[in-house]
Amino acid sequence: MSILILAEHNNSEVKSSTLNTINAASKVGSEIEVLVVGSNIENISKEIANYEHVTKTIMFDNPNFEHVIAEKIDPIIVSIADKYSHIFAPATTFGKNIMPRVAVKLDIAQISDVISIESDDTFIRPIYAGNALATVKSSDTKKVITVRPTSFDVVAKEGGSGIVETINSELVESHTEFIDREESKSDRPELSTARIVVSGGRGLQSADNFKLISDIADKLNAAIGASRAAVDAGYVRNDYQVGQTGKVVVPDLYIAVGISGAIQHLAGMKESKIIVAINKDEEAPIFNVADYGLSADLFEALPELSSELDKLNSIEK
Amino acid sequence: MKILVTVKRVIDYNVQVRVKADNSGVEKENVKMSMNPPDENAVEEALRIKEAGKADEIIILSIGEEKCQETIRTALAMGADRGILIKTTDDIEPLSVSKLVAKIVETEQPGLILMGKQAIDDDSNQTAQMTSALLNWPQATFASKIEIEENVATVTREIDEGLERVKVKMPFIASCDLRLNEPRYASLPNIMKAKKKPIDIKSAEELGVDIQPRIENIKISEPPTRQKGVMVADVAELVQKLKYEAKVI
Repeated sequence: MSILILAEHNNSEVKSSTLNTINAASKVGSEIEVLVVGSNIENISKEIANYEHVTKTIMFDNPNFEHVIAEKIDPIIVSIADKYSHIFAPATTFGKNIMPRVAVKLDIAQISDVISIESDDTFIRPIYAGNALATVKSSDTKKVITVRPTSFDVVAKEGGSGIVETINSELVESHTEFIDREESKSDRPELSTARIVVSGGRGLQSADNFKLISDIADKLNAAIGASRAAVDAGYVRNDYQVGQTGKVVVPDLYIAVGISGAIQHLAGMKESKIIVAINKDEEAPIFNVADYGLSADLFEALPELSSELDKLNSIEK
Repeated sequence: MKILVTVKRVIDYNVQVRVKADNSGVEKENVKMSMNPPDENAVEEALRIKEAGKADEIIILSIGEEKCQETIRTALAMGADRGILIKTTDDIEPLSVSKLVAKIVETEQPGLILMGKQAIDDDSNQTAQMTSALLNWPQATFASKIEIEENVATVTREIDEGLERVKVKMPFIASCDLRLNEPRYASLPNIMKAKKKPIDIKSAEELGVDIQPRIENIKISEPPTRQKGVMVADVAELVQKLKYEAKVI
């Protein structure tokens, strides 16, 4: 049987989470079909059909689907679900919003946030904010799975079949209406896929002081992250939050500034390759996971770091 | 309007969770248990909606072991009106939970269901979406603001890209984010009052719901631990290490 993947995109660009999810699915089987639901999605449907491992793209193109409303998308998946042994989506707010609806309608227990595929029915997923790993086996005939994108590499953008099939179905009446979206516009790399992340916590003390973080991020071409405390205090917006209830990041370098290191924050960053912690409090738990710790006042350390990075850059030039 | 709020009893968020030596689960003996944090936000939101005159009764539903009554009492002490406990084992899956919630909705007919967006023990993030699909009610997940007007509500949702606003028709179901509100503490008089509030105890069998698990936990293991690194003396040393030792900048 084939595997179905629900693609995440914004109608004009495919999100990298889709490429991670294709990779995860390829560990279960080789017949991989990708469902693309949206409006004006011919280009991205063709693009996805060419991705490595993809045997077919199924395009559902309709102007009523410009914005994602979960209640309108799950019926499409359910209507074609018969053909598939596994249905995958990324464990992003997009996939989390839709997939449990698919699972319950098919009477299947969903397996969320999978980080490793052991076999076609056995998977590993973090529980308790990553303080334990559960190896779970599903007895359902079909599997509905969301995967943690950062746990799987992206697939190559070529090597697929290039086949696009078009489907249509009757539109479901929905009592949920899209109003608007406020997205962060930034030239910086995206937080969930950035090679370097510089994160600030409550230690920054104000939204204004976050400029110290963005200055370092600019010099390292890094994304900016934050602890929940910093988001709650209004220093930065919610989409910057790294942790159990925010984003999970696995950069090559994670610099935590003024972050104490609550387990909920560690859940979102402790898989990073190199972790740097800068904190005034020598006892802060963040130092237990840091490769390099600097016990210092961040208001002195960050300007210094900024000028040290300038020196490095000028040597390289 | 009645509001139904679901609460889950979980290991307190401050506790360092330990995996059992035999890999059968995590240590729950003599461990502090509390209400799942985003469920507190759901209770608080229900109280605020009632205080604004838009609801007249708040029902707290918990599903699990006998001791979940303590969690229901916590919500009653915050100000909710009555409780329902559906007694099951503590390893019940979101699929079964959503079916049980849907059964309670049949008899209670609430105008709004509030849930936490995920439980901090199994981190599944499924129950609200599943319940919405079963009831065919609109869903507004990851809510950080809920504004109820006549028969409709505007909900601000926290998504990976930022914020999104949706308009939903009543009745609907919302899953609550931690930033929705600041949950109140129960006052001593309210804790005393809560002891007299009724909790109705039911079982999955009498509701006619099959809660047989579909997922088998083969093994619960410790995640790989990180080696504690080194402390550097100053910023210059840090930059040197990152450049020449770790080679990440």
